[in-house]
Amino acid sequence: MFKALLARARQGYRTGAYPAQDPVLPPLFRGRPVLDAARCASGCARCVDICPTDALHVSTAGPELDLGRCIFCGECAAACPEDAIGFTRDWRLAASERGDLAVTGDRELRVETLRRELRRLLGRSLRLRQISAGGCNGCEAELNALGNVVFDTSRFGIDFVASPRHADGVLITGPLTENMKAATLQTYQAVAEPKLVIAAGACAISGGIFRDHAEVHNGAADLLPVDLYIPGCPPHPYTIIDGLLRLLGRL
Amino acid sequence: MPVPLAAVPILTIGEFRGELLSVLGDGRRLLLLAGMARAADGVQLLAALADDASGEIGLVATVVADSYPALTPDHPAAHYFEREIHEQWGVCPQDHPWLKPVRFPHDGRAIEDVDFFRASGAEIHEVAVGPVHAGIIEPGHFRFNCHGERVLHLEISLGYQHRGVEAALCGGPDKRGIHLAETAAGDTSAGHASAYCQLLEALSGTHCSPRAVMLRQVALELERIANHIGDLGALAGDVGFLPASAYCGRLRGDVLNLTALLCGSRLGRGWIRPGGVVREPGGDLLRELKRRLAGAERDMRNAVDLLWKSSSVRARFENTGTLTRQAARDLGIVGPPARASGIDRDCRRDFPAPGDRGRHPAIAVGESGDVFARALQRWHEIENALAFLAQILDEPEAGEPLTPLAPLAPEHLALSLVEGWRGEIVHLATTDAAGHLSHYKILDPSFRNWFGLAIAMRGQAISDFPLCNKSFNLSYCGHDL
Repeated sequence: MFKALLARARQGYRTGAYPAQDPVLPPLFRGRPVLDAARCASGCARCVDICPTDALHVSTAGPELDLGRCIFCGECAAACPEDAIGFTRDWRLAASERGDLAVTGDRELRVETLRRELRRLLGRSLRLRQISAGGCNGCEAELNALGNVVFDTSRFGIDFVASPRHADGVLITGPLTENMKAATLQTYQAVAEPKLVIAAGACAISGGIFRDHAEVHNGAADLLPVDLYIPGCPPHPYTIIDGLLRLLGRL
Repeated sequence: MPVPLAAVPILTIGEFRGELLSVLGDGRRLLLLAGMARAADGVQLLAALADDASGEIGLVATVVADSYPALTPDHPAAHYFEREIHEQWGVCPQDHPWLKPVRFPHDGRAIEDVDFFRASGAEIHEVAVGPVHAGIIEPGHFRFNCHGERVLHLEISLGYQHRGVEAALCGGPDKRGIHLAETAAGDTSAGHASAYCQLLEALSGTHCSPRAVMLRQVALELERIANHIGDLGALAGDVGFLPASAYCGRLRGDVLNLTALLCGSRLGRGWIRPGGVVREPGGDLLRELKRRLAGAERDMRNAVDLLWKSSSVRARFENTGTLTRQAARDLGIVGPPARASGIDRDCRRDFPAPGDRGRHPAIAVGESGDVFARALQRWHEIENALAFLAQILDEPEAGEPLTPLAPLAPEHLALSLVEGWRGEIVHLATTDAAGHLSHYKILDPSFRNWFGLAIAMRGQAISDFPLCNKSFNLSYCGHDL
């Protein structure tokens, strides 16, 4: 008992000050991209050729990056001879519309707050059932981290629950494999109305690196109505918290 | 070293079985057994046989028509490989005890259409769990046959995560390859990325600089420490010992943040690339890494010490879920569960990465094979990894981080071995006449170890399943691919 108390004193208070303070992410962290159309005058399209998930598109208006497909590998930024593509340390990447994930220039992402009735029901207590449907345990690991003392989403009333009957919605990771299709749909059906669908990670949004494999469905939106998209490969825990809090109108 | 495809001896099935069974009785172990290609007269099977003592790997092949006498009755470690051969190639290993599908690929049987092994009798009952689990866990189905609380048999049915990784790697190397490797088992990004890169480097005769090899070791050992400390926390959580659970959960994140410090990604993505590494952290960051690791080590020692000094924790860990040394050997178990059962097997020493100059962490080996041994094994591996990192950060290697990858040798075969945090990762590939990857095989340690969990659960209380499961902590997607 004494040892446990001494250890408690030694380990200290570790919960992050977010959202009161912005998180400090490492210098090399690859967050929201900024695309400089003015520098992309030559339109060489090297970034398009090197992108492993075909997330980039270059037109006369400049480069456009689909964060729903992007796995944040940074290959495009390294390949661009004009430094027209850069990844900032901005962790706020979630959006409520799929189309909004196609970023150009220095555009921030937009999450629409739930309508009033839903916010009244879920705003201070959101219970989610997590479905991994082909997720590589990258997104799952970062979702698990939400429960540790640093991120601690319980303090916002956000928890992951053990049954769809206890849940207000599902959070899906992975490209939605054919082998998980039936289980995913059954889990969704078991959640009482009104219910939310959240797609976290490039796979759940677009199929990610597994897009167009015969074994997968190119993400959750192929089968379910998605309310919130959280890009990343995997999304940083702060990216997930930011998306959820903005959905609930808490930021 | 890559070998020309023509140099792999093709034996008759009789000779193949005879050769395998004689060599396997002689201290070598079955590293891999798989279908490789369709031949005019059937399917070509390849066996890789590892001699851990000398670090040598022997290859033999055979061609079988639609069936052959199974190896499993004579050599149980072949059982899962033969199930996979049956599923992928339609070849029937005769007298195999249980030819159940492994992954239910999309062109085969539906995953809902499973027949389970059944026990029958008065008071026998079944418990079915999954594929969607109670926590944030990958999907899999567990079917327990129980008598009261006691588990007679656990059947583990996987395949829900099947994404077609191996098929997508064929035709490469291309721009998607490394990312498929990084997400083959996403918590083992450094492990599978290293195996993929070592394989391409072997096939192309590319030599990484000592610096690149060292930075990969840093990535691999950080991945090991993060996952092992996370597992110790999760084991504490499974016996309701919340202090260690909370501290270790935080410490896991601190180590992931160190990986992000070096490469930007907490899981080490976008770092290891064919020919070396793309991000050179430089001396300042490596010194920062060393300083923060020392702090993390003090906190880890403090947190994990609580586990060993709490009799209530020890009482739950000891004699729970024992995997005997004999069973581990018979099943070809690898990684921490094998070492915790007393099998001294570790690729970092036995099959080192080319160019690592003999530098590797000390290898810990346990004894009792129970949950306690697997927990203690993880702690010893953390200690050894920390000592190793301190050593190599004190004496860093020099060289260019990235060497351009040469074209792959046509019609060759190579394999690479990496000791990931879960154990031995094997990647194997062949090239066609144009030097493209014609066949790609990934063997995550989970492929072999899932059955070890099933055996460890026999005779246990079903309420101990979460604890036993966490003590193995196997990958679903690494198995399902």
